[in-house]
Amino acid sequence: MEVAAGGGCGAGPPLLLSESEQQCYSELFARCAGAASGSPGPGPPEATRVAPGTATAAAGPVADLFRASQLPPETLHQITELCGAKRVGYFGPTQFYVALKLIAAAQSGLPVRTESIKCELPLPRFVMSKSDAEIRFGNPAELHGKKVQIPYLTTEKNSLKRMDDEDKQQETPSPTMSPLASPPSSPPHYQRVSLSHGYSKLRSGTEQMQPASYETRQPIGQPEGSSSEGPGSKPLRRQASLIRSFSVERELQDNSINYPDEPWRITEEQREYYVNQFRSLQPDPNSFISGSVAKNFFTKSKLSIPELSYIWELSDADCDGALTLPEFCAAFHLIVARKNGYPLPEGLPPTLQPEYLQAAFPKSKWECAIFDSYSESMPANQQPCDLNRMEKTSVKDMADFPVPTQDATTGDDKQALKSTVTEPLPKDLSEDTATSKDYNSLKARPRSRSYSSTSIEETMKRGEDPPTPPPRPQKTHSRASSLDLNKVFQPSVPATNSGLLPPPPALPPRPCQTQSEPVTEADLHPQLNRAPSQAAESSPAKKDAPHAQPPSKPIRRKFRTENQTTESQEPAAAVGGAASAAVVKPHPTVQKQSSKQKKAIQTAIRKNKEANAVLARLNSELQQQLKEVHQERIALENQLEQLRPVTVL
Amino acid sequence: MAVCIAVIAKENYPLYIRSTPTEDELKFHYMVHTSLDVVDEKISAMGKALVDQRELYLGLLYPTEDYKVYGYVTNSKVKFVMVVDSSNTALRDNEICSMFRKLHNSYTDVMCNPFYNPGDRIQSRAFDNMVTSMMIQVC
Repeated sequence: MEVAAGGGCGAGPPLLLSESEQQCYSELFARCAGAASGSPGPGPPEATRVAPGTATAAAGPVADLFRASQLPPETLHQITELCGAKRVGYFGPTQFYVALKLIAAAQSGLPVRTESIKCELPLPRFVMSKSDAEIRFGNPAELHGKKVQIPYLTTEKNSLKRMDDEDKQQETPSPTMSPLASPPSSPPHYQRVSLSHGYSKLRSGTEQMQPASYETRQPIGQPEGSSSEGPGSKPLRRQASLIRSFSVERELQDNSINYPDEPWRITEEQREYYVNQFRSLQPDPNSFISGSVAKNFFTKSKLSIPELSYIWELSDADCDGALTLPEFCAAFHLIVARKNGYPLPEGLPPTLQPEYLQAAFPKSKWECAIFDSYSESMPANQQPCDLNRMEKTSVKDMADFPVPTQDATTGDDKQALKSTVTEPLPKDLSEDTATSKDYNSLKARPRSRSYSSTSIEETMKRGEDPPTPPPRPQKTHSRASSLDLNKVFQPSVPATNSGLLPPPPALPPRPCQTQSEPVTEADLHPQLNRAPSQAAESSPAKKDAPHAQPPSKPIRRKFRTENQTTESQEPAAAVGGAASAAVVKPHPTVQKQSSKQKKAIQTAIRKNKEANAVLARLNSELQQQLKEVHQERIALENQLEQLRPVTVL
Repeated sequence: MAVCIAVIAKENYPLYIRSTPTEDELKFHYMVHTSLDVVDEKISAMGKALVDQRELYLGLLYPTEDYKVYGYVTNSKVKFVMVVDSSNTALRDNEICSMFRKLHNSYTDVMCNPFYNPGDRIQSRAFDNMVTSMMIQVC
């Protein structure tokens, strides 16, 4: 297709485009055109010119595209002038193509002149998801998918689309990265990247959801042009959110693919996430998750049963029908990989072997274990990092643990871990009683404050939980039972699942938070999958967690021992004794830690709010679907009734 | 060499049956089917409920000109039937017994998978691999 450059630029000979260029430009043009519902909007970003007539709602698409070419603004100015957009006032096809060609020229280092575009040029490069046309050229379908993102592409998401493996690493710092939502049918090319991207996307949580979800990984069926964004994004978003609803669990998938050829390597963040999930199912990181519990949990990933069966086969190395923590991490990782389109391996990759995992990541495990023993009602489900802050001293001691335990990495390493944990624990307890006491004192005080609000949370939580069957047993009582018991038992449930830091002693702000969050959660709970519900519950849970303290010391000790798994019972008892004494402890140390806790809690709150927003959106979409289906059903029933008397006769 | 290996459920329907790809797979299926009667006979003949490898291993069920059929039953009345080529006379009882034991172990591994419902066909790749090794190795 020849573009008559004369029409646009006023230059002489027509513009000859190679086939690849034609294809690329036409796609780009269509995309921009779609976005602006007409010819692309006015070009130069700096232009204050108001677009004539209808065409140009936003300066957006074309301007963004040009900006993404990473040329300096003056160059872009020149280009737009040269291609004639300024003259005619809009970006018609000719102007657009000429502009693209000029961009290519500029990127190749040629001066921005009409003569430059006469020669053969490489395709213009845009640092956006959309057109790394050179790289991606062989895959127009993918190009389609990516294109939709232009308006959103702007800033950080750019590097995303490089699609190179390096990008994955870049994305680690930038949370607003591309979304996960890649259907398994997507071309293998981006599968690898999507794994890393998806993680960051998920991690960044909800706000990224919308723009992010459209990132490169669009379903192949995405129609061309950003006009499709509206409807197209919706199913995509839905799909993304559905995947995300489970993926919220795997939030920390992230750039596990730092090594592009090793998708089976688990990053630290992933590992933490898996550990958190493990703890939500089973508070003791040294114990197993039973088969049925794990089955329920993994079934939520919506993989087919044979695939899940195969994943189990791979990950349950000792074939005992239960998953230890490394086995669980391996299984989770395989599920994540499968959801991202990776074919399942023939055998368990070496980086997913239980011994490897145990050796590679002993610390986080240990932290969790130690933390568990310290805080009777605060297993560090979700934030071992935060715990680190709080228990700096204890963490250093914990570092000693992996050393002796790694020696026992045989089939009995679980027992070895247990024993080593229990032995040093009392010793550490004596050293770090201050920190533990601080915890307890912190817990004690806030609990008395949020007493009233907790009942609401508890009842709501209890009410919401049945629809989404959580693997953990519901030990809570009904509303009719005494409040004390509720307080006692309720924290044990979320405590086992998502022990967060105790709320800071600054009480006045907290009740508001607790109230606001349960309200949002109430809407979301029915739609919540288990893991997101945990995330959402974690913040109220952590406020609930302290509540166990005030009722009475005997009760506290009792449910503490309930909470504790076998090995930590002794230290738990010791902690219980220390904790009761700790309530009288001086405040200054408490204050210091309270601020850290506050920060941790606030970040947790923020994350939970994001998750809530995501789920609220999912909820509304599902409600709409439900309505539509209802209407269809009514229509069909009417038809049936009309038909029935006829046939009977 | 084992030309056919079958796992029969308690209700006498096959959970897993695999033969070496010869022309007469149906014949093996028939043989396994008819051997079930013999298995039932032997089980009822065993009065005591000794959980012993020997009790589990039923031995030669019946010989034909070309093949010998061996049986093995688990505690949950799941039967393993193995059809062995008669020409391979080097196979002794002990070896057959150990082969059955391996089968039994793999079967328990399959059962341990929570995604496996007892009564479903066995689709485990590990089990398949083990059976393949058994069918080839004894060749």
